[in-house]
Amino acid sequence: MKLTDDEKAMLDGAEGKARQKALEFLIRYGTALGAERLVDTNNVGGYMIADRAGYQKFGGSFDALFSLTGLDSEEPIELPKVKAFSCQFETDMDPEYCKIEGKDEEDYKRFRANEKWLSKIGVTLMCTCTPYLVGNVPVKGEHCAWMESSAVVYINSVLGARTNCEGNASTTAAMLTGKIPYWGFHTDEHRRGTHRIQVEVPVKGLMEWGLLGYYIGKQVGEKVPVVDGIHVLPSRDDLKQFGAATASSGGVEMYHIPGITADAHTLEEAFGGRTGIVELKYGPAERKWAYEQLNLIGTDKNVDFVMFGCPHNSIQQVEEIVKLLEGKHIKDGSHMWVLVPHTIKDLATRNGYTKIIEDAGAVLMSDTCPALGHLMPKGTKVMATNSAKQAHYLPSMMGIEAWYGTTEDCVNAAITGRWEGELK
Amino acid sequence: MKKIVLHGRKVYGGCAEGEALVTKEMISGWGGIDPATGTIIELRHELHGKSFAGKVLVFPGAKGSSGWSGVFQAARLAGKAPAAILFNEMNTKIALGATVIHAPALTELDQNPIEIIRTGDWVKVDADNGTVEITKKE
Repeated sequence: MKLTDDEKAMLDGAEGKARQKALEFLIRYGTALGAERLVDTNNVGGYMIADRAGYQKFGGSFDALFSLTGLDSEEPIELPKVKAFSCQFETDMDPEYCKIEGKDEEDYKRFRANEKWLSKIGVTLMCTCTPYLVGNVPVKGEHCAWMESSAVVYINSVLGARTNCEGNASTTAAMLTGKIPYWGFHTDEHRRGTHRIQVEVPVKGLMEWGLLGYYIGKQVGEKVPVVDGIHVLPSRDDLKQFGAATASSGGVEMYHIPGITADAHTLEEAFGGRTGIVELKYGPAERKWAYEQLNLIGTDKNVDFVMFGCPHNSIQQVEEIVKLLEGKHIKDGSHMWVLVPHTIKDLATRNGYTKIIEDAGAVLMSDTCPALGHLMPKGTKVMATNSAKQAHYLPSMMGIEAWYGTTEDCVNAAITGRWEGELK
Repeated sequence: MKKIVLHGRKVYGGCAEGEALVTKEMISGWGGIDPATGTIIELRHELHGKSFAGKVLVFPGAKGSSGWSGVFQAARLAGKAPAAILFNEMNTKIALGATVIHAPALTELDQNPIEIIRTGDWVKVDADNGTVEITKKE
C-alpha cells in the first residue's frame, strides 16, 4: 500500500505503540481488500464493550482485551486517547434494567467500568445503533468508518456519507489512527447502482418498507439496488427500517431512490453509466413472499413478548407507540420493550412518554437490543415485532417464534396476548 | 485420484488443508454462526447445523451484520475457526474476517470454487503461492 508521510511516521512508532499496531493492522486489512491507500476519517463508530467472559479472562483489563480483539495484538497495550471523533454503538445491556434482562451485579459493575474506560480514551457514549438520531449526522461526502450494518446503509444512502461496513477491529484501529482503507463505498465507482427494482405496488408505512427491503436484500445480496416507482415520500424511520431489512436478508450497504436519497436525482445518475443492470420487479407476489418469509417461524398465535426499536426508535416512533398504548395495559404475564438511544429516553421522559409506557406495564429501554445482548424476558416463547431485522435474526439466535407486522398489530398483541396481524 | 489445481489472489497468507464444506449461499457471521462450536445457526441457510471448524470453507462471501469479523475471531479464539477460506465476493466483512481468523484465504480464483469443489473433497490451500489443490472425493 502507498503510505503518506504521517502514516509512515505512525508506522515507525512516532506516535506510540498502540497507534503503530493499529496502523499495521489497517495495512494487513487494506492489503486483504486490495486497497491501494488509506483515507483520513474523523468520524468513527465502533464497538468496545467487554462481554462477561472476555472481561473475566483478562482480569478486568479493557486494554488487554481490546488489544487482542481490536488491534489483533496478543501483547497487551495501553490504549491512548482516540485520534478521530468516535462513538460507541449499541451495547449488550441497559444498566438500568439489569433484573429484567437477566443481568446481575457483576454485569452492572463491568458495564459501568467499561463506560468509564471508554470515556477515558475519548469515545462518545451514544450507545445506539442510530447515532444519526442523536447528533452524529455526517454530511454528504464525509469519509466515515462505521460498523453496524443498519447505520452504514443509512448514512451511505440517505445522507451520502462514505463508509464501508466496518467491524470491531477496523473501527478500533480507525479510532486510534484517524485512517481507514480507501476502498469500496469510499470511491464513486463502487457507489453506482447495479440493479433496478421496479416497484409496482404502493409502499407506505414501516411494515411495507420492511417487506420491500427484505425482498430486495434477498435478491441483490451485496450489490447496489436502485429503487424505482416510489410515489409516496418515505419518512426517515421508513428508510431506517428499509435499509436494516436489506442488510439482514442480504448485505446491502448502499442503495439509491433517485430524487430522495443523497447521491442521485435521476436513474441515470444512480447508475452512473454502468451497463449490464439487472432488472427486477416488486409486485403483489414479491410482497407476499417477503411477508411469508418474515412470518415463517411463527405458528403459535399466543404472543408473550413484543419489541419495538430495531434499529432504535426515534422520538416520533415512541410518540406513535404511546398514542396506541395510552390508557391501556399489556396482558398479565406478557412483556413489551420499547428500545431507544438514551438521549431519546431523556426526551421521552421529559414529555411524559416514559410514564405512559411504564403505566401500561411496558418498559422504555436504552443502550441495547435483544439480539445484541442476547436478552429476552425469561420464558419467552413467541415474539411480535415491527422490525424486519429482529424478525429475521431472533428466531435463529434465541430459538423462539416470531411474528412480523405493523406497529399497531404489535401493540394489540401486547394488550391481548394474541397475534391478529395479517397481510391486507 | 483426480486432482484439480486452482489459482487465486492471496487475501491472508499461510498453508492449510482439510475437508471442504461448500455452500452457494452467503454466510452471516453475527446471528448466523455459533462461535463456540463453529456451527451455522441461520435457520434459512442450506448449511444450518453444519460445523466449519477445521474445514476448508468455500462460499460466495460474507453477508449481514458488521459483527461478522468479531464472531469469526471469537470462533478462532475458541479453536473453532475454518482451516482455510475460499470465496468469490470481496467486501470489508470478509477481508476483516480473514485478517482476524488468521487462516489462509484466497479469492478471485480462476474457476468458480463453488462449482468445482464439493463438500467432502480434500482441499490443500497454499495462500502464499495462491494455489488450491483439490482431491475429489470418490
